[in-house]
Amino acid sequence: MTAIVLPALAALLAILVAAALAGLVSLGRQAGIATTLACALGAVLTMAFLLSGAAPATLVLPIGLTDQGIALALDGLGGMFAAIVLLAGTAVTLGLTDSQPLVALFLAGMLLAVLAADALGLLLGFELMSLASFGLVLRGHDEGTPRAALLYGGMATWAALCTLAALALLSGNAGELGFAAIRLHPATGWRVSAAFVLLLLGPGSKAGLAPLHVWLPPAHGAAPAPASALMSGAMTKVALYVIIRGAFDLAGPATPAWWGMALLVVGTISAVLGALRANVEADIKLVLACSTIENVGLIAAALGLALVARAADLPALSSLALAAALLHALAHGLFKPLLFLCAGAVQHGAGSRQLGRLGGLMRAMPVTGAAALAGVVCLAGVPLAPSFASEWLLFQAAFAAPRIGGLGFQMLVCVCAPLLALAVALAAAAAIRLFGIAFLGRPRTPRGAAAEEAPRLTRWAMAGLGGSCLLLGLFPAFGLALAAPSLRALAGGGLDGRASAWAILPQADGPGYVPLGVALLIGLAVLGTHWLRRARHVPAARLAPAWDGGFAAAPAWMPFGDPLTEYGPDGFAQPIRRAFGSALLVVEETLDMPPPGDPRPARLTLSIHDPAESLLFAPLGQLRAMLSARLDVLQALTARRALTLMFALLLLLLVFVAVARPL
Amino acid sequence: MTALLGLAALALHVTLMLAAAPLLVGVVRWIKARLTGRRGPSPLQPWRDLLRLSRKQAIHAEGSSRMLRAAPVTVFAATLAAAALVPSFALGMASAPVADLLVLAGLLAMARGAAALAGMDAGTAFGGIGASRVVTFAVFAEPAMLLVIFTLALLAGTTNLDAVAGVLREGTLGLRVSLGLALVAILAVAIAECGRIPADNAATHLELTMVHEAMALDYAGADLALIEWSGAIRLLLWMSLIAAIFAPFGIAPAGGSPLDWVLGLVAWAAKVLLLATGLAVLESLIARMRLFQVPEFLGVAILLGLLAVIFLFISQGFA
Repeated sequence: MTAIVLPALAALLAILVAAALAGLVSLGRQAGIATTLACALGAVLTMAFLLSGAAPATLVLPIGLTDQGIALALDGLGGMFAAIVLLAGTAVTLGLTDSQPLVALFLAGMLLAVLAADALGLLLGFELMSLASFGLVLRGHDEGTPRAALLYGGMATWAALCTLAALALLSGNAGELGFAAIRLHPATGWRVSAAFVLLLLGPGSKAGLAPLHVWLPPAHGAAPAPASALMSGAMTKVALYVIIRGAFDLAGPATPAWWGMALLVVGTISAVLGALRANVEADIKLVLACSTIENVGLIAAALGLALVARAADLPALSSLALAAALLHALAHGLFKPLLFLCAGAVQHGAGSRQLGRLGGLMRAMPVTGAAALAGVVCLAGVPLAPSFASEWLLFQAAFAAPRIGGLGFQMLVCVCAPLLALAVALAAAAAIRLFGIAFLGRPRTPRGAAAEEAPRLTRWAMAGLGGSCLLLGLFPAFGLALAAPSLRALAGGGLDGRASAWAILPQADGPGYVPLGVALLIGLAVLGTHWLRRARHVPAARLAPAWDGGFAAAPAWMPFGDPLTEYGPDGFAQPIRRAFGSALLVVEETLDMPPPGDPRPARLTLSIHDPAESLLFAPLGQLRAMLSARLDVLQALTARRALTLMFALLLLLLVFVAVARPL
Repeated sequence: MTALLGLAALALHVTLMLAAAPLLVGVVRWIKARLTGRRGPSPLQPWRDLLRLSRKQAIHAEGSSRMLRAAPVTVFAATLAAAALVPSFALGMASAPVADLLVLAGLLAMARGAAALAGMDAGTAFGGIGASRVVTFAVFAEPAMLLVIFTLALLAGTTNLDAVAGVLREGTLGLRVSLGLALVAILAVAIAECGRIPADNAATHLELTMVHEAMALDYAGADLALIEWSGAIRLLLWMSLIAAIFAPFGIAPAGGSPLDWVLGLVAWAAKVLLLATGLAVLESLIARMRLFQVPEFLGVAILLGLLAVIFLFISQGFA
């Protein structure tokens, strides 16, 4: 089994790179179809490998450092994330209307990052991924694109630097770059803790963890829809993979508990902040991007619980929390690309991404509407959605976490659990707002009223993703089976006896979540309702103008009524904005009310800032400006002074080498 | 045999929920009328309204999509599925293995979401107002509910409602401060979720003050009947839930005899009547609060839930 899968995935890497090159010489659509087929085959093979429970395999590529090459390995964790990347890749490349070489390169980078078995391969893949996605962000046409790309490029560089330093620290004791050697001689002492902090700062920022999430919404907004679908569905997961690989695997089996607490806190803050921002943004793609921050936060919180439980030597609890994280990563990797594809279809078909210019798209774009409904159901995390299963597991882990002990940690859990519930409820509110404003009600502009349905292949891609979400929601045990090898390797035990095809159980002999039972109850209730309707001889419904509390119907020259009489995106978000705005987001509402007699209209202007922007990034920017002003002096030095400075630096370096050598 | 008993209990329970829910709404209205010095309509009036509405043709707003058509059935089915999970007179119903408290909260969220989306689908300002407000209340109610579930999970070791009710029925846990705090928290959540005073006024006819009713403004005929029935079931569901957890006296154990069932039925009816009287008195005594005060009202519920969990940590240690 393994003998085929890893070479096949290596071949897939080659195909992706080749497809990227072929796109450059405009082989065009064929290259795209080859990419889709290769991704689909790779995803099926990887999942078969995970389900078979075969032993990990390694393979050395003949490129890379002299005499070493780049080692690839396929194990449970890498396979899980490779499956997530390839599933998203299959759907996204299927919906591509023209060949986009950067997308293939992007996929190749992510695949290399999750399959790499040494630090060099991991960095190479991570950087290829960053570079390709940077190119994709630059393809945007908005006025905000240059700023978004600059911010993204800066944060990607930061993430790369941190990852490099973290990997260097982790491989310090082993003296080799291979993961197998690092595992045998894991780093110790302050080095390994510093590596963890660097992982949280570097790949953490790439995943969108607060407070370094600021780049994420503008970059997702600027990139074309397929690219944002991959960035959100797959790239943030690859960044999380790097954190998991570092913290759970390469740092050795004994990790301190505060790592997990740090992840829990950071994840909770990200979840709340992301979900809150998703409720106030006016652009569909920004709403989705902010919800990505929320979902990444939920995953990070689950990872944190798993780390704390592992440090306390509770493998059953640790595997429960890790299962929640991996299942949520898989679910998010399916439904977020789906929603981004819908956003792309809306932008293409209805001419705008602004919620305030859309409305009533369900009738003009029925397939996109149905797909978006499936997506927002997952976003809201109601029962039968795959995200409900993972959130259910997360809360079960949180409820069991106080057993780890320590009043401080118990307090932390009891603050974080309701905050995570708040994030989930806020995400449901954002999902209702997104779908209700864009797809339901009346159109708000003539352009939106004349929207066109998405192209055929995009519709297929959306249907495929939506169907996968439905199946995973009914059978979350499939996702848990995919995660089982990772759980056994990283959490010290699988979900043995706690995940069957029908149910997920927090304890082996107790009750649990039975999605099919819930589906049966709802199905019976729906059947009963239909039977009642038939028994009561209810006549077929008729159409009439909306009653609207007795308001007059719109005149004939307003074919879809006055858009202003419909609730808009800002109005819908107002109660939530008022309740949280001043406390968590920096919201300023200024009302310009003209005095009586002045014909000027009254205006309510709204400005929303992310606290991370004003509290962290603005001071950093000022610091940079101040430093560069100070250092400008160096450029105006005379030759004598410049030479003196260089000489002094050289001396200092020599002294440092002489003194530091014996240490 | 146990499976058959469980199925019979479930069938009886669902029938009772369906039949008693409109009656409960009628009883609350009747008591309120008596308390305010009116004669009031018969408690059977909601049932008569439902029967009358269910024969009538539904009307859909022009320009609405399939969401408006699908929502009444979705709301009703999700609420009824949730009601099937909450034990009323007996434990060990056939739905017991599914009856998870988080699933219950999720099913209620599903019904709420479908109603909110349908409210927006009519394309009217009222529908949007109702949807926006109901969603805001939920944002505060869900953390409070989660903390109540957290308390119960810590006490009973599971989030399965049937198991939790079974543990509390045994009475070995005794009287606890945490349970009292959780009771107050869940009462506040239930009031907000059912749209009762002081969070919302179910009897209002002034549209600007409505929350739940605003979303249902554009329904007529059989659709309206389903929505109103769901609302009544939701009220009965919350009362049964509170009764099953915080007053588990008299409820028949799993695999109980018919005599246990009769006792359970009597106890359930008494508990629900008591809660209905309490609700009517409360609604007669206090006024509806301003919209932006409701988050504060639910914020108190969150704080009480937090205190309930913290008290447990301090008293038990849980190491």
